[in-house]
Amino acid sequence: MATTKLGFIVQRPPYKSENPKLALTHAISSQSVEVYLEDDDLVTADIAFIGDGVLNCLKDQKAMDTYDLSSTETHIKMSLLCDLNVLVCKEDLDKLGLTEDDIVMDAEEFGADVTTQVVPYEKITKMMEEMNHLLFF
Amino acid sequence: MGKFTIGCFSSLVGSLNLDFAVKLAGAALDKGHKVDMWVSGNATMLSIKGQRAFKDYSSLEKPLKELMEKGLTITACEACAEARGYNKDNTMEGFKRHSMDWYLASTFDADRVLHIGGE
Repeated sequence: MATTKLGFIVQRPPYKSENPKLALTHAISSQSVEVYLEDDDLVTADIAFIGDGVLNCLKDQKAMDTYDLSSTETHIKMSLLCDLNVLVCKEDLDKLGLTEDDIVMDAEEFGADVTTQVVPYEKITKMMEEMNHLLFF
Repeated sequence: MGKFTIGCFSSLVGSLNLDFAVKLAGAALDKGHKVDMWVSGNATMLSIKGQRAFKDYSSLEKPLKELMEKGLTITACEACAEARGYNKDNTMEGFKRHSMDWYLASTFDADRVLHIGGE
């Protein structure tokens, strides 16, 4: 049994490019990767939002109303439903005048057990050190 | 020899990232490494066959076919391709199409992963 850990680091703001959503959809696809692997082998995905990327986590996004598209917020909630670690950089939230009250912290309505973790950048660095590979979006 | 997985999300025309990624894949293959390449987002443009080669725009069909003959495995994100109207019928021969979990599976036993994000 072996596990490969992937860290998805999202630095770009939402909707300006496809990158944040692709980061989330690729991370969520870790849930079905076993079809390509031997029994008990795993690929895990942790997601960290840093820099302008923390703007992806704003709650009450209106992408469906405005663009007729699923929102980045919904994808973050799906990530929580899949028990992925979702980290948000506290210092970058502070810089933008944002708090936990402004961002997606849980997905209770979907039945998710895990919540978003607002953490100091130091903890995100530690997570990155623990990963086998990092993917920057 | 090792295994190298390259993911690229940039478009073929309008960026030279795919040119770089394909050249790098070729260099790794020449050194005897196994190379998997994944294209997603706008990079799925690379999978379309019959693109006319102008000298002012990147055109990688010819070098890609040569690399595939040398053993390059290249796969496009099926959803990203379909969303852009790139379907099975206009996909280059030898270019695979899978869901995103293929990329993650490829990283499982890769010695190195180079991920080149999109625009």
